[in-house]
Amino acid sequence: MGSADDARADAPAPAAGPDVVIDVHGLTKRFGDRTVVRDLSMQVRRGQIYGFLGPNGSGKTTTIRMLCGLLTPDAGGGTCLGYDIRTESRAIKRYVGYMTQRFSLYEDLSVRENLEFVGRVYGLSDPVGAARAAIARLGLEGRSEQLAGTLSGGWKQRLALGTCILPDPQLLLLDEPTAGVDPKARRDFWNEIHALAADGLTVLVSTHYMDEAERCHAIAYIAYGVLLARGGVEEVVRASGLSTWTVSGVGLNDLGARLARTPGVDMVAPFGANLHVAGRDKALLEAAIAPYRSDPALSWRPDRATLEDVFIDLMSRAEDNFR
Amino acid sequence: MNGGRAGAGERDGGFLRRTWAMLVKELLQLRRDRITFATMILIPLMQLLLFGYAINTNPRNLPAIVLMQEESDVGRAILTAMRNTAYFSFVRQARTEAEFDRLIADGTAQFGVEIPANFERALRRGERPALLVAADATDPVATGSALAALNGLVRTALRRERGLPDEAPPASFEIRTHARYNPAAVTQLNIVPGLLGIILTMTMLIFTALSVTRERERGTMESLLAMPIRPVEIMLGKILPYVGVGFIQAAIIVGAGTLVFGVPIVGNLALLAALSTLFIATNLSIGYTFSTVAQNQLQAVQMAFMFFLPNILLSGFMFPFAGMPRWAQWIGEVLPLTHYLRITRGIMLKGTDLATLQYDTLMLAAAMLVAMTIAVLRFRQTLD
Repeated sequence: MGSADDARADAPAPAAGPDVVIDVHGLTKRFGDRTVVRDLSMQVRRGQIYGFLGPNGSGKTTTIRMLCGLLTPDAGGGTCLGYDIRTESRAIKRYVGYMTQRFSLYEDLSVRENLEFVGRVYGLSDPVGAARAAIARLGLEGRSEQLAGTLSGGWKQRLALGTCILPDPQLLLLDEPTAGVDPKARRDFWNEIHALAADGLTVLVSTHYMDEAERCHAIAYIAYGVLLARGGVEEVVRASGLSTWTVSGVGLNDLGARLARTPGVDMVAPFGANLHVAGRDKALLEAAIAPYRSDPALSWRPDRATLEDVFIDLMSRAEDNFR
Repeated sequence: MNGGRAGAGERDGGFLRRTWAMLVKELLQLRRDRITFATMILIPLMQLLLFGYAINTNPRNLPAIVLMQEESDVGRAILTAMRNTAYFSFVRQARTEAEFDRLIADGTAQFGVEIPANFERALRRGERPALLVAADATDPVATGSALAALNGLVRTALRRERGLPDEAPPASFEIRTHARYNPAAVTQLNIVPGLLGIILTMTMLIFTALSVTRERERGTMESLLAMPIRPVEIMLGKILPYVGVGFIQAAIIVGAGTLVFGVPIVGNLALLAALSTLFIATNLSIGYTFSTVAQNQLQAVQMAFMFFLPNILLSGFMFPFAGMPRWAQWIGEVLPLTHYLRITRGIMLKGTDLATLQYDTLMLAAAMLVAMTIAVLRFRQTLD
C-alpha cells in the first residue's frame, strides 16, 4: 500500500459525490491462463439498484472483488466512488459495504459482537450504540446474544446486510445475497434494498433469479467473463430482438423437441403448461412454426420475450462464441 | 443524504481504534473457545509437572546388579549404602563375570557393581583397591549423576559402617563417564527455567500460527480484507491478547516451579516478567508469520513444530549449549529460546542483571521485529 493511499484512507467521502458511482473500463482478470473477466466496462449511477446477472462462473464475483480492491485487475481500471480502484482501495473500502457470497461473519461471535466489531473497525464514534440501533432495525432484539453461527439462513443474511450498512456506506456490493433464502425473506430483503436505494445508496447486486433482476433499475448480463447486455429491463429485452410465441395444448414435449431442431427457432423453453418459442429473426421464426399453427390441438399467441428468454438466448450464443 | 449520514457516525480514531477492534474480537473468540482456553491454563501446569517429575536427569531406582567376588562386611556395607541412596535398585546378583557382562549388555541392568576378591583386606591396608562400577553408557544423562554421586557416598558409607578413619584414603573407582553430563544435583533447578521457555514457545507459536489461516478457512478473511483495516493493525490485534495469555502462563509456571520444586528466584522478578513478555511477543510474532505463509491450519501447525524442534534440541534446554558442535551453536544462536534460557536461568538461579543480559535481550527484540516485518510484508491484502 502506497502512502498516497494511506493518506486518503481516512479522508471523508466526497461530499457531493460523483453521479457515476462505478465507472470502470476494460477490466480484465486472469487466473493462470484462464481469463475470468474480459474487457468489462460498466457505469452505475448514484441511487441505482444495478443487477449483475450471469451463470455460475461467469465472472460476477471476480468483478465485484475488483471493484472493492480485493483483486487487482490485470488490465483496465476506473473509479469506484470517485476513487481509483487500483491505487485507492483503502478509501473505497471505507465507503463500500461488501456482502460476500458465503456467510463471512464470525460464527463464534454473537450478533451484537459482530456488529460492534465492524463498528469499531470502521471507526464509528459509538460502535456499541450503532450496534444496538442496527439490532433494533433488523428486528434481532431477541437474538442479539445468539452466536451468529447458530442463526438460520434468513437471519444470517439479514445480519450480513445489517453489518454491511452499519458504517453508512455509499455503495453496497452484494454477491448473490439471496442464495438459499426462502421467498418471504427474499421479498423482505428486496424491500430493504429499495428503501436503502431511495435514501441515495447505490447497490450492485449479483443474482441468478429473474424476478430479482426485474426489480433492478438496470441490469448487466455477463457470461464467460464478457458483458453481453446492459440497460433497463425493457431495454435489454428490446435490444435482444427476440420474437416469442407462447403455445399451449397437447403434446408439447414432442413439439418442443421438433421445434428445437428447426432453423429459425433459437430457443424453446417450457413455462408451466406452456412452451415459449423464440427466434431472433421474426420472419424465420414464423416460417418455422407455420406448419404447427393450424394444429387444432395447439393454441398459439404472439408474446413478449421475458428476461429469462433473453438470458437463455444470450447464454447459448455466448457458449457458441467462447466454448 | 450521504453527506449527513457519513458525518454522523464516523469520527476516525485511526490505528489504535482498529487495533482495539481486532483485539476485542480476538479476546471474545478466545473466551468462546473453551477447549483452547482450558489448554492454555492446563498445558503449562501439566507440562511443568510432567517434565519436572518425569524428565529427570537425576533419576532414581536405576536397575543395578552386583557381582561379589568375596563375601565381606565392607562389600555388604557398600551395597546397603548404595541401596539407601535410592539411586540404585539391585535387581539381581550375578554369579560369574560372564553373567555380569550379559545382564548389562541385554539391558537387565544399567549398572553393575563388582566387588573384587580381597577388597576388604586391600582397603584396610590402604592399597586403594578398585571397585568396578560398570555403567550402561547408552543413556549418559541417566547414569551420569548416579555415577557422580557414587564416589562420595561409598566413602561415607564405609566410614559409618566400618569406622574407618576420616583420613583414610578414598576408594578408587573405575567409572565410565561422560564428563559433559555431570549436572547439578537438583535437576529441577535447571529444568524449570528451561521449561518456562519451552512451554511458552510451544503454546505461543501454535496460538498465532492458527490465527490468520483460521480466518481464511472459515471464510471470514474476505470480509476482513474488504474492511478498512491495515495488516499491521490486524497483526497487533491478534498478537496482543495472547501476550496476556502468555503472561498468565509464565506466572503459573514460575509460581508452580517455586512452590512445587522450590526453584528460587535469585534475581529481579520484575526484570524476569519484562523479558518474559518480550519473549512471549517474539514467539507470537513468529507464529503469526507462519500463519501468513501457511495455506491452511494444518500447514501452520506443521511449520510451528518444524520451528519448535530445533528450539528444543539446540537451545541448550536438552543438551548443554557449550557441548554442541560449532555449527549447531550458530543455529542455536538465532533461536529465541536460546537467549531466553540464558535470561531465565540467569535471573532465576544466578541473579543476573539486565546489563549482563543485554545481548540476549537485543537478540529477542531483533527476532520479534524481523518476524513482524516479514508478517506484515507477507500478509496478502488482496485475494489475488
